[in-house]
Amino acid sequence: MTARVGVITFPGTLDDRDTQRAVRIAGLEPVSLWHRDKDLKQVDAVILPGGFSYGDYLRAGAISRFSPVMEKVIEGAREGLPVLGICNGFQVLTESHLLPGAMLRNNHLHFICRDQKLRVENADTAWTSDYEAGQEISVPLKNIDGRYVADERTLDELEAEGRVAFRYLDGNPNGSLRDIAGITNAAGNVVGLMPHPEHAVEPLVGTGRTDGLGFFTSILKKLVNA
Amino acid sequence: MSLDTVKHAGETPDAAQPWAELGLKPDEYARIHEILGRRPTGAELAMYSVMWSEHCSYKSSKVHLRQFGEKAPENEALLVGIGENAGVVDVGQGYAVTFKVESHNHPSYIEPYQGAATGIGGIVRDILAMGARPVAVMDPLRFGAADHPDTKRVLPGVVAGIGGYGNCLGLPNIGGEVVFDACYQGNPLVNALCVGVMKHEDIHLAKASGAGNKVILYGARTGGDGIGGVSVLASETFDSTGPAKRPAVQVGDPFQEKLLIECTLEIFREDLVDGIQDLGGAGLSCATSELASAGSGGMRVELDTVPLRDSSLSPEEILMSESQERMCAVVEPGKVARFMEICEKWDVIATVIGEVTDGERLEIFWHGEQIVDVPPRTVAHEGPVYERPYARPEWQDALQADDAARLPRPATDDELREQVLKVVSSPNQASKSWITDQYDRFVQGNSVLTQPEDSGMVRIDENTNLGVAVATDGNGRYTKLDPYAGAQLALAESYRNVAATGARPLAISNCLNFGSPEDPAVMWQFAEATRGLADGCLELGTPVTGGNVSLYNQTGETAIHPTPVVAVLGVIDDVNRRTPMAFSEEGHLLYLLGDTKEELGGSAWSQVVHDHLGGLPPAVDLEREKLLAEILIAASRDGMVDAAHDLSDGGLIQALAESCLRGGKGARIVVPDGLDPFVFLFSESAGRAVVAVPRSEELRFGDMCGARGLPAARIGVVDGEVIDIQGHFELPLAELRAAHEATIPALLA
Repeated sequence: MTARVGVITFPGTLDDRDTQRAVRIAGLEPVSLWHRDKDLKQVDAVILPGGFSYGDYLRAGAISRFSPVMEKVIEGAREGLPVLGICNGFQVLTESHLLPGAMLRNNHLHFICRDQKLRVENADTAWTSDYEAGQEISVPLKNIDGRYVADERTLDELEAEGRVAFRYLDGNPNGSLRDIAGITNAAGNVVGLMPHPEHAVEPLVGTGRTDGLGFFTSILKKLVNA
Repeated sequence: MSLDTVKHAGETPDAAQPWAELGLKPDEYARIHEILGRRPTGAELAMYSVMWSEHCSYKSSKVHLRQFGEKAPENEALLVGIGENAGVVDVGQGYAVTFKVESHNHPSYIEPYQGAATGIGGIVRDILAMGARPVAVMDPLRFGAADHPDTKRVLPGVVAGIGGYGNCLGLPNIGGEVVFDACYQGNPLVNALCVGVMKHEDIHLAKASGAGNKVILYGARTGGDGIGGVSVLASETFDSTGPAKRPAVQVGDPFQEKLLIECTLEIFREDLVDGIQDLGGAGLSCATSELASAGSGGMRVELDTVPLRDSSLSPEEILMSESQERMCAVVEPGKVARFMEICEKWDVIATVIGEVTDGERLEIFWHGEQIVDVPPRTVAHEGPVYERPYARPEWQDALQADDAARLPRPATDDELREQVLKVVSSPNQASKSWITDQYDRFVQGNSVLTQPEDSGMVRIDENTNLGVAVATDGNGRYTKLDPYAGAQLALAESYRNVAATGARPLAISNCLNFGSPEDPAVMWQFAEATRGLADGCLELGTPVTGGNVSLYNQTGETAIHPTPVVAVLGVIDDVNRRTPMAFSEEGHLLYLLGDTKEELGGSAWSQVVHDHLGGLPPAVDLEREKLLAEILIAASRDGMVDAAHDLSDGGLIQALAESCLRGGKGARIVVPDGLDPFVFLFSESAGRAVVAVPRSEELRFGDMCGARGLPAARIGVVDGEVIDIQGHFELPLAELRAAHEATIPALLA
């Protein structure tokens, strides 16, 4: 018996199949969720994958946030359901106010795709427990709206509460404030980040690293041991 | 504004028509009269004019392109050949792969972002229409001089357009080329390639048959964008109160295309279509006439049912509109409801616009009145064919006589070192990562090798690790010097690049970029290049599966270098066996495979150091290319090499620099006895590669090369952090990297 992880497909989602594969590789059962779904099919956790949902029109994540399925995700997240937002999924989570702050266009104004070094700052969340705090990992980064911003007070709060989950190393790729690559909510069940752990789970493809697998094994341990 | 119906056309035989403004020649207009037995209606004239354009009819190139079929090698892997939206190749395990390279040159010069973006959109729909899921794209690009101010306008726009559209579709961009040359200043070449994968039974064709089957237009609404000639028609034939002339460049919406892809794949999964065609150049005119022509011939379309973005569009404009992100499907009546449900799920607009009839005419109606009544084959497949005059230009002899051997060479080792740095950091040889980092190469999670590797490689089956590799190459400088050899060198390089990664080359697609066919010198280049390519494909056993011709790439009297771009598709049974280009293990032995002759004509060295183009390109030996490929593939399969890199422009030193930088390791290199170090480093002799062999495999690898008769010279070892050309000069990797990587950002960022 393993745990079931829902992977949401919005119109314009791109990394849904990749994320399902990563979930499967970690030994979890992926469950496909459609943006119009009005229930979460009893999944134990939800991942919002990357892409350009609704073409990023209006603002990245701004329209998806109003999808029927998001009502249930928001409800669940508040009750402790583990939720991971990757790239566009992170943008949807900030638009949904499950996580604070917002993403603006990269400071250099270009799409950037590269292998990105990160430091795991918080290894106590539902999605990072398989890492060590301070561990350095490399996973692909690929976006054009990846510059994390929030007001100073929010940033100070995030720092003080240990809610900065990941920080960029070896050069800030997009001008994100305080080198923030990913954050968590106070309860540690909702995590969002711009880089793509689902693209770093097999040695054969992508960058050849498997540094991203820890996200999926973390949630496996949490759900199966729970 | 009166409607020019078929009846009206019959009653007004002498009405003046703007056929010349639409680009038709007097004899072509006369032929339309002859086919129809009357003057064409405005709508018919519009259809014939776009479908008989050079772009759609291949009227200047057709007589030469026939060789690709006539000389096609026997190849059981070819499932669908030239003539469909894209060719299809059997890659084993029940999988079929379709791929094609196309041009979007002219639009990209006018409006770089949208031109390049819709170039991706168009080729992706071609692949989708075959029944395949698109799995990767590549972009062979050519721009004017790197330091020309207009390049800074065109290149960033093109790159952003490719990224902006391709990244939103979720297609990894796995390779391609970026070349700078002043000859492309007013005519950048923006070619785009897409690869798609399906099971054999999923192959779909563009044909409409089965009377009573419904014709469904789905995807974006039709707007006034991308109308070229028709705006002329509208303003000439009718009063001027209609819509203003629209930009000739289409505007893309990648989000709509992504929905169209997923929606279409779901429709295929449920086996709901009989025939399918994407809407690209010439829009509905093309889709309806080609579907009908390839099927049983009869189709009736109610044009007023087409969903519009602009309700004031005339029927002619609707027929000609090149609005993006549209497809046309032929569906049995019983399956229409389910088809519509799937479109609704994906928020894709779908409309029954007509049906297949048991007649042999394409009939189009506008609010009940007939405006088109034509035999579809005469529109789609039986356009004019020209035997354009061609002649070897009188300057060709002088060009070839201007041998690069006369150019001054470095006199000292210091000068040699200086020229090496100059070449590897020149815009054409420098790192292109500033460009390729703007493309998503990871999406779909199957990218095994991506730029700057010799070929892009994707896994197509997660359980068996079956994969395909694609490389694109072209060298306008070589082709200018000798079009026959230049085309074969492009083929040979692409073939070699695929083999270098361990994949077996199967088939090719090509994009033939040339100047004006009305210039006999250009036509000669075209004739020679197609002949060279067809002969080369026959010898290598790799059939042409399709492609595209782009003519009129010239500014005034000056044509671009003739630039055939060749894409080779290969298959690899297990992507675990792929060979990367990086020298990553110290102690591995470096072997130079093939013969190095003194061949500098058209070389990167002659361009960078002397701004020279003359002489002859490197000699072509396709037998040798086959042997080299066999060795590279066997070495990959049996784990005898750790890295391999093809030698092409820039010669050995370029390959060493790239492989060392990629792996972060240096190399100690010994110049073989009897070889001039300058020639050793810079010659561009074809049929060569450099490989890194683990010591444990040295004997086996050497024996294999010896037994097969492939020259293999041990030239050094992977070592340290310096490229040491022993006895001549040393180049620290840090210095090399700084030079190699700084050039493009400095020019363009």
